[in-house]
Amino acid sequence: MKHAPIDVIIIGGGHAGAEAAHAAARAGARTALVTMRAETIGVMSCNPAIGGLGKGHLVREIDAMGGIMGLAADRSGIQFRLLNRRKGPAVRGPRTQSDRALYKAAIQDLLADQPLVQIVEGEVADLIVEAGRVAGVRMADEAELRAGAVVLTTGTFLRGVIHIGDRKIEGGRLGDKPSNRLAQRLRDLALPLGRLKTGTPPRLRSSSIAWDQLEMQPADDDPTLFSFLSTRPTVRQIACGITHTNAGTHEIITANLSRSAMYGGHIEGVGPRYCPSIEDKVVRFADKTSHQIFLEPEGLESDVVYPNGISTSLPEDVQEAYVRSIAGLEQAEILQPGYAIEYDYVDPQRLSAELELPDLPGLFLAGQINGTTGYEEAAAQGLIAGLNAARRVAGEGPVILGRAEAYIGVLIDDLVTRGVSEPYRMFTSRAEYRLTLRADNADQRLTPRAEALGIVDDIRRAAFDAKLEALEAGRALLETHSFTPKEVAASGISINQDGQRRTGMEVLAFPDVTARDLEMLIPALTDTPAEIQEQLEIEALYKTYVDRQQRDADALRRDENMLIPDALAYAEIGGLSNELRGKLDRVRPRTLAQAGRIDGMTPAALALILTRIRHDDRLRA
Amino acid sequence: MHTIFALATARGKSGVAVIRISGPDAHAVAGRMAGELPGPGRFALRRLRNADGGLLDEALVLRFDAPRSFTGEDSVELQLHGSVAVIRAVERAIAETGLARMAEPGEFTRRALMNGNLDLAQVEGLSDLIAAETELQRTQAQGLFIGQMRAFADACRADLLRAAALIEATIDFADEEVPVDVSPEVGTLIDRVLGAIDQQLHGFSGAERLRLGFEVAIIGEPNVGKSTLLNRIAGRDIAITSEVAGTTRDVLEVRVDLDGLPVTFLDTAGLRESEDAVERIGISRARDRAVAADLRILLEDGTLAGEGFDPGVPIDLRYRTKADLTGTGVSGLTGQGVDQVLADVAAALSERVFDLPVASHERHRQAMVRAQTALAEAQRAFDGGDIGAEIIALHLRDAATALDSLIGRMDVEAVLGEIFAQFCIGK
Repeated sequence: MKHAPIDVIIIGGGHAGAEAAHAAARAGARTALVTMRAETIGVMSCNPAIGGLGKGHLVREIDAMGGIMGLAADRSGIQFRLLNRRKGPAVRGPRTQSDRALYKAAIQDLLADQPLVQIVEGEVADLIVEAGRVAGVRMADEAELRAGAVVLTTGTFLRGVIHIGDRKIEGGRLGDKPSNRLAQRLRDLALPLGRLKTGTPPRLRSSSIAWDQLEMQPADDDPTLFSFLSTRPTVRQIACGITHTNAGTHEIITANLSRSAMYGGHIEGVGPRYCPSIEDKVVRFADKTSHQIFLEPEGLESDVVYPNGISTSLPEDVQEAYVRSIAGLEQAEILQPGYAIEYDYVDPQRLSAELELPDLPGLFLAGQINGTTGYEEAAAQGLIAGLNAARRVAGEGPVILGRAEAYIGVLIDDLVTRGVSEPYRMFTSRAEYRLTLRADNADQRLTPRAEALGIVDDIRRAAFDAKLEALEAGRALLETHSFTPKEVAASGISINQDGQRRTGMEVLAFPDVTARDLEMLIPALTDTPAEIQEQLEIEALYKTYVDRQQRDADALRRDENMLIPDALAYAEIGGLSNELRGKLDRVRPRTLAQAGRIDGMTPAALALILTRIRHDDRLRA
Repeated sequence: MHTIFALATARGKSGVAVIRISGPDAHAVAGRMAGELPGPGRFALRRLRNADGGLLDEALVLRFDAPRSFTGEDSVELQLHGSVAVIRAVERAIAETGLARMAEPGEFTRRALMNGNLDLAQVEGLSDLIAAETELQRTQAQGLFIGQMRAFADACRADLLRAAALIEATIDFADEEVPVDVSPEVGTLIDRVLGAIDQQLHGFSGAERLRLGFEVAIIGEPNVGKSTLLNRIAGRDIAITSEVAGTTRDVLEVRVDLDGLPVTFLDTAGLRESEDAVERIGISRARDRAVAADLRILLEDGTLAGEGFDPGVPIDLRYRTKADLTGTGVSGLTGQGVDQVLADVAAALSERVFDLPVASHERHRQAMVRAQTALAEAQRAFDGGDIGAEIIALHLRDAATALDSLIGRMDVEAVLGEIFAQFCIGK
């Protein structure tokens, strides 16, 4: 088989791979996405949902940089819900249930629209390494694809083992074969590999569920979408069902605990604490007599339902027994049993902040292989890895987002600095600059950066410019007008008569004051579109805190600007404990700020490192 | 990392002198001089020899293996005969091994800090302990040294961690089965931490004075017997006393142990209108020191009639002097009434040392004030209801960071760990 010249090869067509391929192509690289089966590109192998708290933020950021996950979610979304709608805007997270088939189709369409992406079907058997660098991949049929950089996004395919009770099946996803030869290659590189575990629930036949007996959770009336380019859902919105486990369910599970792969001692991998199996829930929270289950239809036409909350590694007969003990599921038919899956991941502390493996230059890793879980986390890494792979081939500098800039920055910094001990999932509480890193301003934070990198198209650029212009006009209105408390009160806003003049922005910062309320005081505001008004309200609400966080962020940036030379010899720094020295050698922090985030780092040790850098600088000078 | 050594005891003649060696080559260094070392945590009597085989001393050799040593590194202590010549010979022999260098001041403690054997507050406590002169100072320093600040910070941290976990759970796991209204418990937790901080800050100034020592200024008109009293207190002649008024032109100090309180008495220039430029400087300095002092004693000449001299500074205790002439009051000359003065001073100062908190350094106070401010803001944000959850979380984080700066640090993994331990998360 003869191929056109390739700059970047992406191995894997999951969420990391698809995003990586699209990003690399946007950055100008001729990109080949290699997958075992082209029809599985963009498949949602677990829960058919996108977004959520922290995760929704990631999708917004991917979108702001011209990525595809947000667009695909919007095209396939069948139940848009804004989580934390009643809480502060910084912690609201867009989420949707997606139609599995539509999502996959959307991803494949978006990739097809990208002329620099070509899809190659086949199994990658090995990496081609020349002069210590990755130079391409060798296929199982011995064909060679050569390229300047390779992005590995193999998900759970690395030595994947599926457990159903005491049954073990080798494979990355039910029905797919695992990539053991590639795994062996990585093992030969002597990379530090770890083992993680995740699980899925049994899938149920929709027509076997007694929906009419269940509480239903509808979509939002006023849906919040992901992409800054989308305005309304593309397809019909549906409701999800809610039911609960009961004492009977728990009894069945307890009685069969020893038959669970997890509790029967068949699994060595570490599972996520926030996504426990139903066995875990019953054992660890024995005092709870009931757990909530969301029954999520996998699509508009699909007869498959994903019962969110009862993932398991129990044998099939037990799965059927406990499912049928649940209200509304008495007659439920299991279409596919739940299972636990174990897989290898590479210790992400070995990666650079651009997601490259310094042990093998030219090889980038993204997604579950780095110890994360979740489509959004995978896609976010795919974006950065694909982008950096393309830039590496083009001889351009790396793109690294900071913790004060984006959740994507938080995600990657956490991975490469602290590593993982369980599948890593994003939470808003991981972001120190949470009030600044909001879903609503992802475009303002990142689109200009993406524009400068040349990875957004004209449509997005125009939309963003228009929004920014409206926003600046609105901001100017609010900041140039100021009022006495008397004037404010006269407009119907209750205010302390302290004689202090306030700008429109300051009045807007009051709790419960909306931009609408200010229209009497500033008539020109009536021309400001509703979504711009809302954005201004959020800015006003957080202004004092954001300003304060900005000062912290500036301090952080100073430390981020203090680069640590790659060659810094930690062994020669007196006063560092062996433990810290080992961690520093493993992580090889790029900046002083990153070094400061290494677990167990002390201010005193940082001072030593700083002294050493200065000392070395003086010697060179 | 270098191996370091230093004399741990005072230089000069003594019964025993101790040289400490710490670092990766500590055992090798000692081994070259002493031959076979005792087992870890053990001691043995050994002859120390230099590289030429010359006998240096017969010493007790104590061996410590990392991390079970003061510094957390491999260490050896050599207990030598306390002779200047022996010490010098052994130091030279250690240096000649080429494996160790002389330690810089504080380097052993710094290594203990680096290796996590001591936290920052413990290092402060150790330095206070070495500087302690009185019983109360010793008790105070010991508290800091054995880790009471860590205990305080840990207790506050546990509460703040729990509060943060409750708040974060309502934010990050809104769709899960976590408690919806966590505010009563969060409120209680914040109150408790605020209470603990308030208690520390309340007693802080007394604790800091105790650590640094109290100052008591003796003031009065010239020639009322201030210096005579100071001399009596000191039990020796340190201030020049004479019949000539205005002899004391600078401020003289005597440091004493009053029932465990470290007290410095200040003898000051007599307060009067003076033509003498030098004396005027002395008088102005006397007033400044008196104002800054913790306590002011005004002495008045008992042989002269009338009271009511206005020294221009607030007065805490007032005595009439020259009891040797008048029969009543205080006499520095005979010692009459001096015990009463000391008892009065001790009583007045003791009142300021109460609920002795572990916070005794300005650094502690500043960190606690930062935490207090953040928590007060968190409490205010409470009134905002649900909308304020992310704001409360911000303030809790600030408070925790401030408290952790006392000894260590806190991170988000700890918060998530608390959440996962408490609630059943995961649909």
